[in-house]
Amino acid sequence: MTEISLEALSPKREQPVPGEPENWRRFFSFSTDHKVIGIQYIVVAFVFFLIGGFLAMIIRGELITPEADLVDRTVYNALFTMHGTIMLFMWTFPVLNGLANYLVPLQIGARDMAFPRLNAVAFWMVPVFGVILMASFLVPGGPSQSGWWAYPPVSLQNPTGNLINGQFLWILAVALSGISSIMGAVNIVTTIIRMRAPGMTFFKMPVFCWAVMAAQTIQLFGLPALTAGAVMLLFDLSVGTSFFDPATGGDPVLYQHFFWFYSHPAVYVIILPVFGVFSELFPVYARKPLFGYKFVAVSSFVITGLSAIVWVHHMFASGTPGWMRMLFMASTMLISVPTGVKIFAWVATIWGGKIKLSTPMLFALGGLVNFLFAGITGIMLAAVPFDIHVNNTYFVVGHFHYVIYGAAVMGIYAAIYHWFPKMTGRMYYEGLGKLHFVLTFVGVNLNFLPMHPAGLMGMPRRVASYDPEFAYWNVLASLGGFLLGVSTLPFLLNMISSWILGEKAPANPWRAIGLEWLVSSPPPHENFAVIPTVVSEPYGYGKNEPLIASQMASTELTSELS
Amino acid sequence: MSSVNLDQSLNSAATVHAADHHEEGEHRLFGFIVFLLSESVIFLSFFVGYIVYKTSATDWLPAGVEGLEVREPFINTIVLVSSSFVIYIAERYLHKENLWGFRAFWLLTMAMGSFFLYGQAVEWMGLDFGFTDGLFGGTFYLLTGFHGLHVLTGVLLQGIMLGRSFIPGNYDDGEVGVAATSLFWHFVDVIWIILFILIYVWQ
Repeated sequence: MTEISLEALSPKREQPVPGEPENWRRFFSFSTDHKVIGIQYIVVAFVFFLIGGFLAMIIRGELITPEADLVDRTVYNALFTMHGTIMLFMWTFPVLNGLANYLVPLQIGARDMAFPRLNAVAFWMVPVFGVILMASFLVPGGPSQSGWWAYPPVSLQNPTGNLINGQFLWILAVALSGISSIMGAVNIVTTIIRMRAPGMTFFKMPVFCWAVMAAQTIQLFGLPALTAGAVMLLFDLSVGTSFFDPATGGDPVLYQHFFWFYSHPAVYVIILPVFGVFSELFPVYARKPLFGYKFVAVSSFVITGLSAIVWVHHMFASGTPGWMRMLFMASTMLISVPTGVKIFAWVATIWGGKIKLSTPMLFALGGLVNFLFAGITGIMLAAVPFDIHVNNTYFVVGHFHYVIYGAAVMGIYAAIYHWFPKMTGRMYYEGLGKLHFVLTFVGVNLNFLPMHPAGLMGMPRRVASYDPEFAYWNVLASLGGFLLGVSTLPFLLNMISSWILGEKAPANPWRAIGLEWLVSSPPPHENFAVIPTVVSEPYGYGKNEPLIASQMASTELTSELS
Repeated sequence: MSSVNLDQSLNSAATVHAADHHEEGEHRLFGFIVFLLSESVIFLSFFVGYIVYKTSATDWLPAGVEGLEVREPFINTIVLVSSSFVIYIAERYLHKENLWGFRAFWLLTMAMGSFFLYGQAVEWMGLDFGFTDGLFGGTFYLLTGFHGLHVLTGVLLQGIMLGRSFIPGNYDDGEVGVAATSLFWHFVDVIWIILFILIYVWQ
């Protein structure tokens, strides 16, 4: 190895000051460091979360009275369309990509992702398509009003007659988001399959990485179908082809198939990494090994497989033939089996443990409770007769907000708190964190639980005005919505002030097991001076077994880098 | 951290980097295969759409259109399919470190790809229906156009790889770009065979 030249020594990747995590300017640069990109993803996504949440509060403000009095009906249509689109494509996907970006290389013992530059390009597309989507507020006619599904023929209406209209920009933004997600998926899957540290077999890999790989696999096979549908929709809208327009012989239901073939599995793209977070957190804060580790790991891929054959349950009321309804009802209900395996394993993990109710654990437990509720209403919705009854009502809205906010967003908060010391090198304020949890948990249930009775009574979704008999539930939901808006304030205060003034964090503040906790907080440039050799399963809590080949090496590593 | 320690850690990092270098190329090929698998789902979606439309549309062919001429597209098909063998020969030459043999057959592949694109353009010019003429016109131009875009991309990639063969010593150890381009070309080829059967044979 004497032939190594000085060229090899100089860092290949652009970095303002290599090896110096204190340099804040790197967050505003085209950095190819996965840790910088991870935090960039999370912060940018959170900005969009606030924007999407602001739109949601206008929606709840409108719905606090039965009349359409706060905003114009067309504005209301634009608001719920943009709210849904932003929350999915600009908040949940990017923030989870950010967590995966930050954690996967650290957890598998790699120095970076497989393709660092592709990683940076994929991230920088997020602000680009975010701005494109926001720009639709400025074009004549305003943003798309066809909901985040963009079903034709509604989405093919173009009253202003302009080529650049809200729906056009919407399709463009979603297509760019798709390209960015595919880049991310190729990168993450390649990284996990090919760059694990020596000794880390698949069954020694943390469940978070399993879950991320399962989720990104869905992106790989699902997103292209949505892209195909979006391309055809774009041609229908802009060129005048007749793929989906029934007036010229097209088939609008085919679009629904394309859309849901991706967009139902997309829910698992969101929830699977959150399941991964739960699986990481419960053992740490209950001080017990993860119950049924292999089952939890594999069940993510069972969900991935099943997710490809359930999409028609969104179309039970779209003239779907009876045999198809039966088939997809059964396949949808099957999803509850691998999901049930996970919930059982988590409960068994917590059971009898030395539970420490710090903020991440509170969010994880809250997320688990909300997810259980969402799962129960999910099984109800899978049943065709019930689904036909509540189709397009607030029952559906309540159900998926329990999944997306109650489980996914709370899981994301749990992850942010849990890994905040690792990412920033500072501790967060526990009191503010607990306040944030209480506001969020109460807000979620106050906002989304009343949607279920309103839906059962027959209140349709996507309407600016409604029958006064639904007013009671809507007032409750609106109060919950405003509470959720307020809940972001202690979080923001906590994150910003802790990052600047917080107490310095040690390498492993939670006494957690995992490769990411063996390096300093924040980890040095390129993570590991010496790539560790993994010898045991993760989650060896209370077992007193070494995680990596030489614990001597690990202590040297930590002391050298701190 | 002292500067000596920093040097040491950089040093060890560099040692591992050099060992990693060969692996990095394999990551790229692996990632490219993952991407191609994903890309194939777009074509699959378009094919499914085509089959659904063709079997369910009430008026499939636009008024005045009898069907598609098969002769010229068939010649095109033969050229494109044979180019898959030609590119394989080029790859074998590169493997045997015969750069001029590689360049000759690689250029022949590019010529055959360009011939295909030319033939496609000629066919489009001669058709008496457009993109907006019903489901038939829409799906025909969508499928052939999207595939043609891939052929164009393939030829451009081949051009880049040909240019890179003139950088001294560039293809001495590993030729991931060439392998990936070649793989892409086979992919484009297989897609065309399915497309030809769906659009031209099944009329």
